[in-house]
Amino acid sequence: MEFFRFTRDIPFMRHALVFNVISLITFLAAVLFLATRGLNLGVDFRGGTVIEVAYEHAVDFNRVRGAIDKLGLGEYSAQSFGSSNTALIRLPLKEGVSSAQLSERVMTALKADDPSATQKRVEFVGPQVGKELYENGALALLLVSLGIVAYLALRFEWRFAIAAIAANLHDVVIILGFFAFFQWEFSLPVLAAVLAVLGYSVNESVVIADRIRENFRKMRKASVMHVIDSAITSTMSRTIITHGCTLLMVMSIFFFGGETLHHFALALAIGICFGIYSSALVMAALVMWLGVSREDLVKPEKKHSGPEGEKILP
Amino acid sequence: MNRYTLWKYIVIAVALVIGILYALPNLFPDVPAVQVSSSKTGVKIDSTLLATVEDALKSAGIAYRGEMLDPTGVKVRFADFDTQVKAKDVLQGKLGDNYIVALNLLSSSPQWLASIGALPMYLGLDLRGGVYFLLQVDMKGALDKAADRYTTDIRSLMREKRIIYGGVGREQSNVVLRFKDEAERNKARVAIETAFPDLLVREQDAAGGELRLVAGLKPEAQKRIQDGAVQQNITILRNRVNELGVAEPIIQQQGSDRVVVQLPGVQDTARAKDILGRTATLEIRMVNDEPGALDQARGGQIPLGSDLYQDRNGEPLLVRRQVVLTGDRINDAQSGFDSRTNEPAVHVNLDGTGARIFKEVTRENVGKRMAIVLVEKGKAEVITAPVIREEIGGGRVQISGRMSTREANDISLLMRAGALAAPMEIVEERTVGPSLGKENIQKGFDSVVFGFCALAAFICVYYVLMGVISTIALCINLLLLVAILSMLQATLTLPGMAAIALALGMAIDANVLINERIREELRWGATPHAAIQAGYERAWNTILDSNVTTLIAGLALLAFGTGPVRGFAVVHCLGILTSMFSAVFVSRGIVALIYGSRKKLEKISIGQVWRPNRPAVPAKT
Repeated sequence: MEFFRFTRDIPFMRHALVFNVISLITFLAAVLFLATRGLNLGVDFRGGTVIEVAYEHAVDFNRVRGAIDKLGLGEYSAQSFGSSNTALIRLPLKEGVSSAQLSERVMTALKADDPSATQKRVEFVGPQVGKELYENGALALLLVSLGIVAYLALRFEWRFAIAAIAANLHDVVIILGFFAFFQWEFSLPVLAAVLAVLGYSVNESVVIADRIRENFRKMRKASVMHVIDSAITSTMSRTIITHGCTLLMVMSIFFFGGETLHHFALALAIGICFGIYSSALVMAALVMWLGVSREDLVKPEKKHSGPEGEKILP
Repeated sequence: MNRYTLWKYIVIAVALVIGILYALPNLFPDVPAVQVSSSKTGVKIDSTLLATVEDALKSAGIAYRGEMLDPTGVKVRFADFDTQVKAKDVLQGKLGDNYIVALNLLSSSPQWLASIGALPMYLGLDLRGGVYFLLQVDMKGALDKAADRYTTDIRSLMREKRIIYGGVGREQSNVVLRFKDEAERNKARVAIETAFPDLLVREQDAAGGELRLVAGLKPEAQKRIQDGAVQQNITILRNRVNELGVAEPIIQQQGSDRVVVQLPGVQDTARAKDILGRTATLEIRMVNDEPGALDQARGGQIPLGSDLYQDRNGEPLLVRRQVVLTGDRINDAQSGFDSRTNEPAVHVNLDGTGARIFKEVTRENVGKRMAIVLVEKGKAEVITAPVIREEIGGGRVQISGRMSTREANDISLLMRAGALAAPMEIVEERTVGPSLGKENIQKGFDSVVFGFCALAAFICVYYVLMGVISTIALCINLLLLVAILSMLQATLTLPGMAAIALALGMAIDANVLINERIREELRWGATPHAAIQAGYERAWNTILDSNVTTLIAGLALLAFGTGPVRGFAVVHCLGILTSMFSAVFVSRGIVALIYGSRKKLEKISIGQVWRPNRPAVPAKT
């Protein structure tokens, strides 16, 4: 079985401008959603209390709300979580009220209302901790980006490093854009997924960059554009199959991993899909715009190759 | 061609054997168990304890399934949860307060596996249920308390040196002294500087020209106090957690001013929070024994400067408000016996300043009573109120007389657990019920298994024999990953289980790269042997590069992540390492085993290799 049969290289780079414009538009849309709607930060980052309560029957939210309203806690939200037998209650941070008392009071009220209510999970994050988690997340993102740029600049060339990180950060922004648009909850596991995607889709860029370098060595007479087209075409089959396999796993997490991993898997899935696109088409196009040339990549070999080392400039 | 040297096979075989050994304990289910450990440093864990436990269970007619003695305590396994609970009650009654008897789940893996250190993976709280608290120590509170202590110390120093001063008080975390006379101030300054080298003394006059001395803690002393406060809080938390009877509690410092408390398997979270969140302080004060004062107080007229408290038997007691000593002057309190009378007693050890104050107070108050008061949640209770028999110097105090061994135990425990050096506050809490933990394990397991099956099916169909080899490599990857996680006893969380699934999904990338390369080489007319060779060698660079970038992301997550994210990062990083080993090294070994010995290799079973009519890329030079 072989899915991909290309008789000739697909002229991707001829349409580079189109791809870059598409990227730019999705990117700007994502930024727009992030700016206008903002991320729906979970309790991890915003602070507050989350209580997951299981009932022996479908949750009657009117009664749940009625019971909590009596406590006079102010703003809160109650919704079903995973199954109809489970309620998730979110309480914002409140000055001067400790979490310990808060979840206790809510649980007592719910138990008094319906004895079958059992507490499955409580999460409380104080304002200071939430802020720190947020800052640490941003710092991790920055460090990952810098680390990857440094490594790629060392292994390849600065143009690849810049192009790869630009292409992949654009993926990150698009994932965040999705989360802003649909107002999915952005929690710690989602952040982990976003960072994993950043590392993972750089993989893709590395594979293509590797092929471009190899092709520069092999295809001495070809133009830069042709070299890049050939690299993308020949890695295409591998790209789709690998990502398909990873996506298979991610879908398994999405369907079987339960509510906690739902958004985690979603972030990974979006990241993987956009990762294919951005590595192949955005990164390669950026490398081309940045003016990569044969000498940039095959310099060290020339010293040894003697008379064969004649240059063909595009 | 394509042969592997013997040592490479030996490396693979050794890795496999170790992998299987260490992954094995995970296959055995957990069984209910009771764990006995000591609640005090002095109590020994030895074979006598084991024998006591066995006897107690046998005489109560409780059947057990094997017992184990290790440095942390005695562990006994049971067939079901009912016997477990029964056995806990029996043992608690038999062993008394010196031991913690806790319910636990233990792996039923055989003894010989445990003896080579092969244990099942360490499950995080989201998988086994339990409570996680992050407590913040109020450092300002600790410094204020220190300043309070210095205020008292300086006051007695001034009295001792007969220096005339206008007043002394605490302003924030500084001690401020007022003077009428420049010479007295200089004398005071010298005295304070020599007596308390930790204080930085400045002359700072008030706006009205009043002569003042301001003494504040030096930065290094502040740091020492803060570190000490955290350490003391950890000790106190440990004592309180012991009260709860948790099998494997984790209490450790995080950062400069935070303490992490993890109580796996705790069901009653409300009680846990209540016990941990107690803010108790211990104070030693004098009892107001003036004739008639107590009766007056009972009648509602409490004398000025005194409080009416009750002791532990409910007897009323009038206690003076002035605090002689606070709990943080107490280094240690242990129950034991009076060396002369052999009566149960509590031995209290005071620090230097505490000893000095105590000597002074006991000298002036022989024959009077002194009360040890535990103030908890604004409610004060007199633990004990012994009579002072003589002047006590040297900081070693013994409280004895008319108390049982149990009372002596209680008093010493309360005194030790009594005072927090600084108040603490819960800043993060995660509680997971046991049923949710089980659900999470099932969910994590399902994601890995179903994902793996789908992946294996696809790869085997698409790459035929090479696909089967890739799948075997993937199985070995999973085995090694589980083995390493078990070996390191790294905490496995639900995101960690997702990371296992993800690691497998990403690991297949290396095999796809290799297989695609081999097909490509075949397409351009390479011989099968050359194609395998080229496929592995060319793909290696790419695999290395792409794994390093993924590893960078993983390490950053490890450095900045907390809780569940850290669990994800650990597995993510380890998964990358094992996948490099299995996907490249092991899979090549298998390929060499199958194809390497054949001299004339016509065809590799890698599925259909499609050949274009004309080459798209100029043939290789």
